Amino acid sequence: MEEERKPLAKVEEIARGVLAGDRRSIAKAITIIESNAPEAKKLISLIYPHTGKAHVIGLTGPGGSGKSTLIEKMVREYRRRGKTVGIVAIDPTSPFTGGAFLGDRIRMQELSTDEGVFIRSMATRNYAGGIAKATKDAVKILDAAGKDMVIVETVGAGQSEVEIIKVAHTIVVVHAPGLGDEIQAIKAGLMEIADIFVVNKADRENADKAVIDIQAMLQLGDRETAWKTPILKTTAITGDGVPQLVEKIEEHRIFLEKGLGFKRSLGKAEAELVDVIKEIVANSIIEELKREGIFEEVLREIVERKIDPASAAQKLLNKKFGKTH
Amino acid sequence: MRGERKIRVLIAKPGLDSHDRGAKVVARALRDAGMEVIYTGLRQTPEQIVETALQEDVDVIGLSILSGAHKALFPRIMELLKEKGLTDIMVFAGGIIPEEDMPELKKLGIKEIFGPGTPTEKIIQFVLENVPKRK
Repeated sequence: MEEERKPLAKVEEIARGVLAGDRRSIAKAITIIESNAPEAKKLISLIYPHTGKAHVIGLTGPGGSGKSTLIEKMVREYRRRGKTVGIVAIDPTSPFTGGAFLGDRIRMQELSTDEGVFIRSMATRNYAGGIAKATKDAVKILDAAGKDMVIVETVGAGQSEVEIIKVAHTIVVVHAPGLGDEIQAIKAGLMEIADIFVVNKADRENADKAVIDIQAMLQLGDRETAWKTPILKTTAITGDGVPQLVEKIEEHRIFLEKGLGFKRSLGKAEAELVDVIKEIVANSIIEELKREGIFEEVLREIVERKIDPASAAQKLLNKKFGKTH
Repeated sequence: MRGERKIRVLIAKPGLDSHDRGAKVVARALRDAGMEVIYTGLRQTPEQIVETALQEDVDVIGLSILSGAHKALFPRIMELLKEKGLTDIMVFAGGIIPEEDMPELKKLGIKEIFGPGTPTEKIIQFVLENVPKRK
């Protein structure tokens, strides 16, 4: 579907709306960055100076661990404390049809009419630049709109989710008893990035065993860090343990501000800058190669099994820049 | 490099009935047709539906109702959409809605009403043909 080109003035209007906290403008702005529209860059450049105020929480964990319900209760706690909240809930796009079923709101719908809360569902799509970039930009929009807290929810199932969640200051990994080998998934990718572990559904009988499992995992790690990753128990459905979780997140924020905060920000900025440079450079090289016609030629050779993709890439780059490696 | 503009659809169930099989079947069919479908769950107030449509910046809203309260709820939803300036969203409905109520509902701006047993292909086709062109 080809959308009409929007005049630049419209982007400026939307950016102004975002900064004023106007909900319609926030929604439109996220659509612009989601569809990677031509005005996306302009939009981000306009709002970027106003970002950096929100505390961004990444919340991840296996499906069925109760993330959405937990977020709903966390938001209520934040609202009690007078904080405004933005939520980005990410669900996978079907690789077969390109469609997506976005159902995270089901557990949060009572929040939808609260003026201090903004919820947006995002599908992972096949983003140019990756879902991580689209998510980062959505977070920037909610941040610029004045939300005190921004929560990013995603199913922690793979590397791309680990990337998404890295947009956050504080990463909360949620687990629940009785999910069986799901603990393996946590082991595989999420252990190192967790700032806080939560065992949700703590009213279930195996909750303590889940806590012990995570404790054991944490002890295996040989990192000597100033922040000791805590393990908290919550029962999202009743709200038990949620104030303590919110308190712990606040502790982590203070910890970051006291010490590592700036260093961590530099690290994040570096990662983002490197990603953007890679994207720009790669795209421009690929486009040139396509124009020159050699791209297609090599593609065919890969399909015909005459050359493997890595060697093909090397060959193309050698041709373009002379032998560098 | 430009990403694709996806059709975003909100499937919502206003009112008090608790049967969402039909809504889920339609949601799934639209997803399988490549759309991004936001589902809100049961018992939504008109305010919640319209606010969700606004935050999610959807192109289309599909309302499912079986309770018979459409004559009270649909006008309120259409009124709120107008109030919030969301008149560019296309609205269709489905469920148990008597034939004689249809003209009145369509006059409110509801583009189409599908009864029980409508093939999902027909609904997909309808959405694809009537999705508003974005300004």
